[in-house]
Amino acid sequence: MKIKEIKGALKAHVWTGEESLDREVHAACGCDLMSDVLAFAKEEVLLLTGLVNPQVIRTAEMLDIKAIVFVRGKEPTEDMIKMAYQKNMIILSTDDPLYIACGKLYQLGLVNKGEE
Amino acid sequence: MKLHYEVDGDNFLVAGEASASLKRTLKQLGIDSSIIRKISISMYEAEMNMVIHAYGGVIDVEISTDKVSIILKDQGPGIPDINLAMQEGYSTATHEIRELGFGAGMGLPNMKRYSDHLNVHSEVGVGTTVEITVYLT
Repeated sequence: MKIKEIKGALKAHVWTGEESLDREVHAACGCDLMSDVLAFAKEEVLLLTGLVNPQVIRTAEMLDIKAIVFVRGKEPTEDMIKMAYQKNMIILSTDDPLYIACGKLYQLGLVNKGEE
Repeated sequence: MKLHYEVDGDNFLVAGEASASLKRTLKQLGIDSSIIRKISISMYEAEMNMVIHAYGGVIDVEISTDKVSIILKDQGPGIPDINLAMQEGYSTATHEIRELGFGAGMGLPNMKRYSDHLNVHSEVGVGTTVEITVYLT
């Protein structure tokens, strides 16, 4: 699924990576616990999370996760946007809560779990 | 190749910077991405532990033709019972740490899962040394 389809489905705001919305993801992982993301997430998944701090970006970097959606109306900080921009990551945010955001994407065909 | 990193104990903004830097170096060396992933995850967990529990420390990395060895040393409080700390879900992290998305008791288990060898030596009141080895072939 293209990131721009995800943007549309979640009525998401784009914080970084506007020029890369044609990139695709094939699996997704919805999680607030970075330790679990580190333990189980596959490479190059979409990460949906309600956790907003720089360690989310760092965790994504370690796992080669290229796109993150912050849910429940949460907004990334200036530091996080800077980090994500340097790492060429796409950052979106949506007003949908985690469950609904995941449900919408699942319904549209993003059904692979981003976990091992 | 030998690398040395100093890890700041109470700056969560830069926590993980050493792991990110090593990851970039390994990429430049053309090491296979699945192996880089193993190294990055195990070192990042160990680096976060240093910041969370031990007011920082030092990391020495040696990259040779067949393996990457990472030694993380801190002068923190030490781990009283390593077997207990190795259990998934066991954690002594504070509420603040949990709010950062860590402290789920997955740190040491993750290091074990993603490294080829893990050696933890700890003395209460003196500090902890974690040795991580990942083979390149």
